[in-house]
Amino acid sequence: MLDGVKHVILVLSGKGGVGKSTVSTQLALTLKESGFKVGLLDVDLCGPSVPYLLNLEDKDVHQSSEGWVPVFADSEQRLSVMSIGFLLKNRNDGVVWRGPKKTGMIKQFLNDVVWQDIDYLIIDTPPGTSDEHITVMENLRNVKCDGAIIVTTPQAVAVDDVLREVTFCRKTGIPIIGIVENMSGFVCPSCTECTNIFSSGGGIALSEMVKVPFLAKIPIDPAVGKLGDKGQSVVALIPDSQVAQVFRKLVEEVTKSKEA
Amino acid sequence: MSNMADVPNDAPEHCPGTQSEDAGKVSACAGCPNQNICASGATKQPDPGIALVKEKLSAVKNKILVLSGKGGVGKSTMTSLISRALAADNADRNVAVLDIDICGPSQPRVLGVLGEQVHQSASGWSPVYIEDNLSLMSIGFLLGSPSDAVIWRGPKKNGMIRQFLSEVDWGNLDYLILDTPPGTSDEHLSAASYLQGAGITGAIIVTTPQEVALLDVRKEIDFCKKVNIPILGVLENMSIFVCPKCKNSAEIFPASTGGGKKMAQDLNIEFLGSMPLDPLLARCCDEGKNFLTELPDSPAITALQTIMKRIVQKCEEDKENIPIDAH
Repeated sequence: MLDGVKHVILVLSGKGGVGKSTVSTQLALTLKESGFKVGLLDVDLCGPSVPYLLNLEDKDVHQSSEGWVPVFADSEQRLSVMSIGFLLKNRNDGVVWRGPKKTGMIKQFLNDVVWQDIDYLIIDTPPGTSDEHITVMENLRNVKCDGAIIVTTPQAVAVDDVLREVTFCRKTGIPIIGIVENMSGFVCPSCTECTNIFSSGGGIALSEMVKVPFLAKIPIDPAVGKLGDKGQSVVALIPDSQVAQVFRKLVEEVTKSKEA
Repeated sequence: MSNMADVPNDAPEHCPGTQSEDAGKVSACAGCPNQNICASGATKQPDPGIALVKEKLSAVKNKILVLSGKGGVGKSTMTSLISRALAADNADRNVAVLDIDICGPSQPRVLGVLGEQVHQSASGWSPVYIEDNLSLMSIGFLLGSPSDAVIWRGPKKNGMIRQFLSEVDWGNLDYLILDTPPGTSDEHLSAASYLQGAGITGAIIVTTPQEVALLDVRKEIDFCKKVNIPILGVLENMSIFVCPKCKNSAEIFPASTGGGKKMAQDLNIEFLGSMPLDPLLARCCDEGKNFLTELPDSPAITALQTIMKRIVQKCEEDKENIPIDAH
């Protein structure tokens, strides 16, 4: 399983809508920009966002003699992507599955996709601590997993759920690379006043409480949301933005811990 | 939907499903410890839980699901606000909230009853009361510590939801509002199937304006159609943001594809209204304060009242038009 993969990174959060998929895709794009070969696996079966975020919605997965060939996001084939979104006939179709079917699908994703010699495999997950997470964790037991990046927003109500995800990692022995706080503040485009829409400081407080490194704080930037819709990399297109700096730093952190 | 739901977690490969015609009879069943039970036909009987739930909820007039395919769009916030508004609007109206987000229960916090306990009585679990006419049940009350994770696969979640629906002593209720986790999976199927006897009044679909959220929300609407849950309407949260300093509004989550309103039109569903993004509202929820009394002048409150009234109107209409569900 995952023979051609050097490093595996999970992107987790107990809470939904905090930006797991955005962080996953931008992290994958930034790693690619830094010269690595990257794979991105979306195990959110009921709400796959990665195909949309990478502007790959109309792409198909092909079957080869060795297994499923992932979709390539660029012409040099340095970013390959797998998601259930590629297998649905209609983008509005719901995947109404209970746990066992989801488990079967994820096992197939982990076993049957031909990732060709990639440096990093990023796994984007749905919110929660249930079937998808248990399945990924069980199947990665025999593969060396670098660890998990935990995404949160600053609100207490998100931090509550994220704390549960930390407990999940601890109980199941997944190392935690660190916590990323997304949607930290919004800078008003008219008066440049920064408002902490979803309050502030939740991520740092959580990292101190559970003694996990605090990796980065990502501000709300509607420009990122817009780029995201087109599958473009923040680092490549708006390199001077605060968000781009955050992702460059994040990649440094992630790749540094590998060499140590 | 049964064929998706009835393959047990530890079933042999190619299990036909316990409700299938072939249950206990195909080659995959050989050696399965439950082969005899399946072959006897006992598993094809409807789940006894359905009848239990129907009986327990017989004094509950309206059962509403708050759904969204997407996480973090404000399902729990809207559930708490709508239920608070319903309860405050009429002191004789009894409202209850059931939080079936098993892995990420948020209601104890947003309704301000974090750390409370539920008590067991002869007539079942007593929910926690926030007001005289507003009560709540959530798995959050059953956990020892806020950091406890509920690491459960589907069947255990299913059992918990069944217990919540059949063993909580709600009393007479006008509205029971179910707050759900994101997705279209175990919790949703369990709620839909256990409530099929008692009848679901309808679902309120919550979304935010951006396409990446709408994408998942359309899947939730597809789910409602697949399992025959009527949709009361779509509600758009975090629509615009008004800067507290300069009062100019900004779109934080731009509605590049027309937002919730356009989606509702396209899918022929009523659009219930938009809620502006108010940072003070987010803070109230974090602190469990009652937004209605803390910030009565917020534009979000005006929007909420209109939405609440429309929901009441729709529920009353449905009662007149649709005969009591008999399946």
